[in-house]
Amino acid sequence: MSFAWAKPYEPKTELGRWIDDRLPLPRMVFNAVGGGYPVPRNLNYGWNFGVLSGIFLTIQIVTGIVLAMWYFASADGAFNSIEHIMRDVNAGWMMRYAHANGASFFFIVVYIHIFRGLYYGSYKAPREMVWMLGLVIYLLMMATAFMGYVLPWGQMSYWGAQVITGFFSAFPVVGEPIRVWLLGGFAPDQAALTRFFSLHYLLPFVIAGVVILHIWSLHIPGSSNPTGVEVKTEKDTLPFHPFYTAKDGWFAGAFLTIYAAVVFFGPNALGHPDNYIPANPLATPAHIVPEWYFWPFYAILRAFTVDFILPAKLWGVLAMFASILLLFFLPWLDKSPVRSGSYRPMFRIFFIILLVDVAILGWCGGSPATPFFVALSQIAAAYYFAHFLIILPLVSKFETTLPLPNSISESVLHGERAEAAPVGQSAPAN
Amino acid sequence: MATLEETNAAIVEGDESLRRRDFINIAAVSFAGVGAVAVALPLINQMNPPADVLALASTEVDISKIAPGQAIKTSWRKQPVFVRNLTPQEVQQANAVPLSELRDPQTLAERTKPGKENWLITLGVCTHLGCVPLGVGEGENRGDYGGYFCPCHGSHYDTAARIRKGPAPLNLMVPEYAFSSDTVVSIG
Amino acid sequence: MGYLLAIPAVVLGFIKRLGWVASIGMLVGVGFAGVLTISLLVNLVGYFQAPPEPTAEEGFHRHPKELALKTDGPFGQFDRQQLQRGFQVYKEVCAGCHSLNLVSFRDLHQLGYNEAEVKAIANQWAIEVPSVNPETGEAATRKAIPSDKFPSPYANETAARAANNNALPPDLSLMAKARHDGPAYIYSLLTGYQAQPAKLLAEFPATKTPEGLHYNPYFANLNIAMPPPLTADGQVTYADQTPATVDQMAKDVSAFLLWTAEPNLQSRHKSGLAVLAFLIIATVLGYLSYRNIWAEAKRKVAPKGALDPENKVKRTRASKKAGIAG
Repeated sequence: MSFAWAKPYEPKTELGRWIDDRLPLPRMVFNAVGGGYPVPRNLNYGWNFGVLSGIFLTIQIVTGIVLAMWYFASADGAFNSIEHIMRDVNAGWMMRYAHANGASFFFIVVYIHIFRGLYYGSYKAPREMVWMLGLVIYLLMMATAFMGYVLPWGQMSYWGAQVITGFFSAFPVVGEPIRVWLLGGFAPDQAALTRFFSLHYLLPFVIAGVVILHIWSLHIPGSSNPTGVEVKTEKDTLPFHPFYTAKDGWFAGAFLTIYAAVVFFGPNALGHPDNYIPANPLATPAHIVPEWYFWPFYAILRAFTVDFILPAKLWGVLAMFASILLLFFLPWLDKSPVRSGSYRPMFRIFFIILLVDVAILGWCGGSPATPFFVALSQIAAAYYFAHFLIILPLVSKFETTLPLPNSISESVLHGERAEAAPVGQSAPAN
Repeated sequence: MATLEETNAAIVEGDESLRRRDFINIAAVSFAGVGAVAVALPLINQMNPPADVLALASTEVDISKIAPGQAIKTSWRKQPVFVRNLTPQEVQQANAVPLSELRDPQTLAERTKPGKENWLITLGVCTHLGCVPLGVGEGENRGDYGGYFCPCHGSHYDTAARIRKGPAPLNLMVPEYAFSSDTVVSIG
Repeated sequence: MGYLLAIPAVVLGFIKRLGWVASIGMLVGVGFAGVLTISLLVNLVGYFQAPPEPTAEEGFHRHPKELALKTDGPFGQFDRQQLQRGFQVYKEVCAGCHSLNLVSFRDLHQLGYNEAEVKAIANQWAIEVPSVNPETGEAATRKAIPSDKFPSPYANETAARAANNNALPPDLSLMAKARHDGPAYIYSLLTGYQAQPAKLLAEFPATKTPEGLHYNPYFANLNIAMPPPLTADGQVTYADQTPATVDQMAKDVSAFLLWTAEPNLQSRHKSGLAVLAFLIIATVLGYLSYRNIWAEAKRKVAPKGALDPENKVKRTRASKKAGIAG
């Protein structure tokens, strides 16, 4: 809508016109993800993960509704009801494995989506709102995933609920009452399970709502692109449909193939065996870990081991929350006028270090808290905070950026392989 | 206007190979459609009864304690089943009714097992809209024909549990059953 | 004094250059990174002053042995003969202490038993199903029927502990999924009983296996309460004449417990292959369609936008040229 050359919606049939006059829903879809939305023509495959996240949200909602038809949110019956789904319900095992692994793949897709945004500066003006709404979605996803993991009421479910609600007890005075209020008891039990189920069913629809806002706010400035240069003329864009529907379509097929391979041939590879043991409030598993997508944050939580002014426990909880909240301030921490990391040599080096750093944090979070892993996670967590809060603001002040192309179409012209590369920099004669 | 229309126009004016490539688009979209249908099937099928419910399809009932004139209510597939030991008068009463008078013509013999005509085993589900008729318990209303009476919409069944009056269209259903012994009936 | 007065001015200048958000952020960043550095230093000092003692588990716990089953790999299917043998081992050896409370007798159809055989197995099961005496309402037991789950050998956890020296024999239904490398772990554990190595006792005298426990390097803490269940070849007499060595029995019962944990494995593999085949074809078609649709847009030679009809002539000329060059 923000582009003068965007193709207007024209109903093709009399019925289409009749509907459009009364409820312009097809018009809205056309303008959002149809021929009416001009998209930069130089997007690389990093930009496919937005649509993919939408696909996985849909998979989770559909399989989740089906599973809720058979699941009992009861401390005595939850575990067995899931085994009933796995054994006796028609295609129940497929629904459940698709849902459990769908959560993991949803996070894989969203993490790639987030890091794509980090590298190409998609959080910068005028897309700050898109970025922040995305972070809201991410926070909602984390809450939903956590509560979903509690529902099978296995050992990891139970102790996950215990540990995560335990975060709140780190806060002085109000902490413990908040924890008890969250659980509806002194330990996870029926009350906690029922409310987690209720919220686990509700939150995905809230996510869907925020996704609509996310897309709405994206369509004001339009999509960013690998050069970070704004769209100037019609030549810089292609209509979303059919060009990007086709690109998203085949890529979704490829990605779903990987997903299906895991669902059908390694459905428990991403899970923890202890969750096949029914919850036992009297015995903690030997090695308690969250699901893999929380490992980096779990590592940050555990990295604080010394009481310094504040108790170590409070430091850990504060740092863990801060590690996500600081991302909301990113547009104002990194004020470099150049968006794309491809034109920011110094930024690119630190970005690669950040990728490695987060991977190390994940490795630490999934490993037992031995002296080696604790020390490693302390170094990695320190870098994480330094990266966003110290390095990025300084880099954006002092780095010399590379010359930007004049326009997207110009960058496209100098060779397909170097579409995203700086002009004259790495465009091999092909 | 750089849009799809121009692309299509180019394809239409183009040679055969372009048109053949257009076929690929149709094939891809139809394949996605087939996929969507294939995904819908298990999602619909999951609502069918699961294996454990199907496994409960048969139940055994001990009838040794039912005196003539008495009936018990038991359960089969979570539905009520009436087992009645008819008195000779009730059998006679049922046999005396001419078939032409019945809405759903069936003799008592057709509704019982040979040699066990006093054992009337029916579902306790009114064929009108599924309520449980009265008449099993001592002192309950057995309707105008001395069998069962459905209080929801006033259907009267006779001593062979055949519909005689009221809105129900059919006699109370006789489930599949067999006598495992003289005192045990296996239903289903 | 003059220098001190200059500090606020410098700080203010810095804040102005960076912006308020980044300045506060920098403080927060220095705070977290600082506390982490202190934590790291304290830990390192502590580590070198008092290095952690090595534990017996670190040196002597062993990962499960390799176990090859017919179910391995994407084409893997159950070996029904082996499952029947494994079921026999469970029935004659394990069932005395371990329940299988998520599995029903009717599920044995999948092992290749027919209706009558399943009924007979249920009817002759050594443990009866708890029920209620219809006359008196008192607790009673009755013979199992195919729709029943396998009855538990103990009435409740307390009874199970009382009978087993305060150890609880776990339910086996999901054992093959509730441990890392499930079936291999079960197989290794069953065949892993041995005398405590002399080296272990020399290095860790305090870890001598207590009375009533049994040394097993495949068990997490090396000492397991379960006495060796499979002790002699021929402990079970297989109906299919397979020699019942301890190793064979352990393998068979591991395969059986994989089935109890994942009875749908076979249909999962079959439908998985169909789904993958479909998705791969769909992806290839989708890719061809994508290339087809983008063919126009990708023509970089058009100076004013590939789809611009004005450039059609130039485009044709350029692609001809490219054709000659190529």
